Amino acid sequence: MIELTNVTKTYNGRLSPVHALQGIGLKVAEGEFVAIMGPSGSGKSTLLTVLGAMNSPTEGQVVIDGIDVYCLKSERQADFRHEYVGFVFQQLQLLPYLTAQENVLLALAIARLPKAEKVARARQVLAQVGLSGKEDRLPYQLSGGEQGRVAVARAVVNQPPLLLADEPTGNLDRVTGVQVLDLLKELNAAGQTVVMVTHDQQAAAYAGRSVSILDGRIVSDQT
Amino acid sequence: MRLIDVALNNLARRKGRMALLVLGLTIGVATVVTLVAITETMQADVAVKLDEYGANILIVPKANDLSLSYGGVTVASAAFDVGQLTLADLDLINTIKNARNISVVAPKLLSAVTLGGQQVLVAGVRFSDELRLKQWWEIDGREPATPDEALAGVRLARALDLRPGSELQIDGHTFRVAGILAENGSQDDDILFVDLSRAQQVMTKPQGVSLVEVAALCTECPVEDMVDQIAAVLPQARVTALRQAVTLRMETVGQLARFALAVSVVVVVIGALVVLTTMLGAVAERRQEIGLFRALGFRQRHIVRVILSEAALVSLAGGMIGWLLGMVAALVLAPRLANVTAAVVWDPLLALGALSGALLVGLLASLYPALSAARLDPTTALRSL
Repeated sequence: MIELTNVTKTYNGRLSPVHALQGIGLKVAEGEFVAIMGPSGSGKSTLLTVLGAMNSPTEGQVVIDGIDVYCLKSERQADFRHEYVGFVFQQLQLLPYLTAQENVLLALAIARLPKAEKVARARQVLAQVGLSGKEDRLPYQLSGGEQGRVAVARAVVNQPPLLLADEPTGNLDRVTGVQVLDLLKELNAAGQTVVMVTHDQQAAAYAGRSVSILDGRIVSDQT
Repeated sequence: MRLIDVALNNLARRKGRMALLVLGLTIGVATVVTLVAITETMQADVAVKLDEYGANILIVPKANDLSLSYGGVTVASAAFDVGQLTLADLDLINTIKNARNISVVAPKLLSAVTLGGQQVLVAGVRFSDELRLKQWWEIDGREPATPDEALAGVRLARALDLRPGSELQIDGHTFRVAGILAENGSQDDDILFVDLSRAQQVMTKPQGVSLVEVAALCTECPVEDMVDQIAAVLPQARVTALRQAVTLRMETVGQLARFALAVSVVVVVIGALVVLTTMLGAVAERRQEIGLFRALGFRQRHIVRVILSEAALVSLAGGMIGWLLGMVAALVLAPRLANVTAAVVWDPLLALGALSGALLVGLLASLYPALSAARLDPTTALRSL
């Protein structure tokens, strides 16, 4: 499913280059739930963006489903993100002026599907995450956990093979965080490949595999 | 949810900013529409008033040795020996390319006769055309109603002691003076005007014409073009353009049109800058949202399409409102500022121009903001990542 070979990412820092990722090699099989752990600044979020076809590595190769992602042209990388990757962001990134259903539909805005089918899919996936009857609520009318579930629904509505989550419980209280993690676990149980970045040991425990990063290098990989 | 829905949602969410943008475009479009409408109205007004300004083309036979002065212009004199121009020639004038621009064709047959022991210039005219051509004529008495009635210039009337109702004998034909022309300082003060057909009989010049005055207006082409066209169909005639008030007024209108164009260019540039800065601001506000769109797989062209759709909708609104306001302003201002009597025309082409102009300016000015939005790095835009 995912194969990273000698991936390096270096940023131009003010004083000296910042080596965010250094020679990362990682394989993730289809249907796995992998937690990427590490302290702040360890490079785990950079790794997630590299996996999500949003951040071209300085060196190395990223192959997902047999596609060498960074050999694709910019617009094809956008297509790849649309077809292959679903994101759950730390800040959830729900648009406050759109209802729950509209936020989910946003991920289908560029899909070549009839409007009715888009709506049906959005309602189905909202039902799947337990938000039936709340489709027309704006984000502020939903609880933190419900907002998290809308974010997950938006990430999976396009049925992407890969779900990437960046600190999905980072801004949630414990109970709400657990709800979102349970949801990710459910999706994984249904066959969804999930890669989650977290610094929370309890959150990482939901994953079947835990990869630790420090200073841009993998220091442990435990199943 | 489609891309256009994303654009509509954003417009609805940023009502204040977008209303300001619409206002800016409205003011720009309204200014241009007002100027264009007033200029067009003034051009129409010149056409309406053409008759009041008299002739601006003079047609005389080419080869005559004698000359006479008429209306302050020295023309070839066919006074006593006409034959090269006929009434049939008048029909040819109406076959020229710009025939629709001809307002009045006024033929004259001139002859000198002796009345009361004095040499008098008699002009045979078609009173219907002559009175249209010389709307400044003031008549003491009334307009001639029959071919045997005449109009006398005021100096001639004084010299021969003529009054309305007086009778004159010319070569055995009796003419009754229907009216006396008020003094206007021109050659007309010395002339006796009689009916053209009767003059042709009296002077035994059937179909004969000494000269033809033509009132014409060509807003798309110089009057010299029409002179050339008439000369082409009347090779035996000398055709001359007269610089009359109408020509001067047309030049004034032309200057105003150029001024309107210059102001319009400035307004369009300012409008474009307003759109540019507003859209750049809007894009800066939406960096995170655009980053989200990119993360969700929106292509760069999708982002461009969203931003340009917003710009197009705002521009069309500005164009429509601006056109309406501009027309209302023209209706109010045209009679006051430009002293025109012609009605302001609701020209659909102007409406189309206002809408398409606003759309073009809006889209062009939004292109750079749209492209810079599309080029935003999604990871930078999504600060949480």
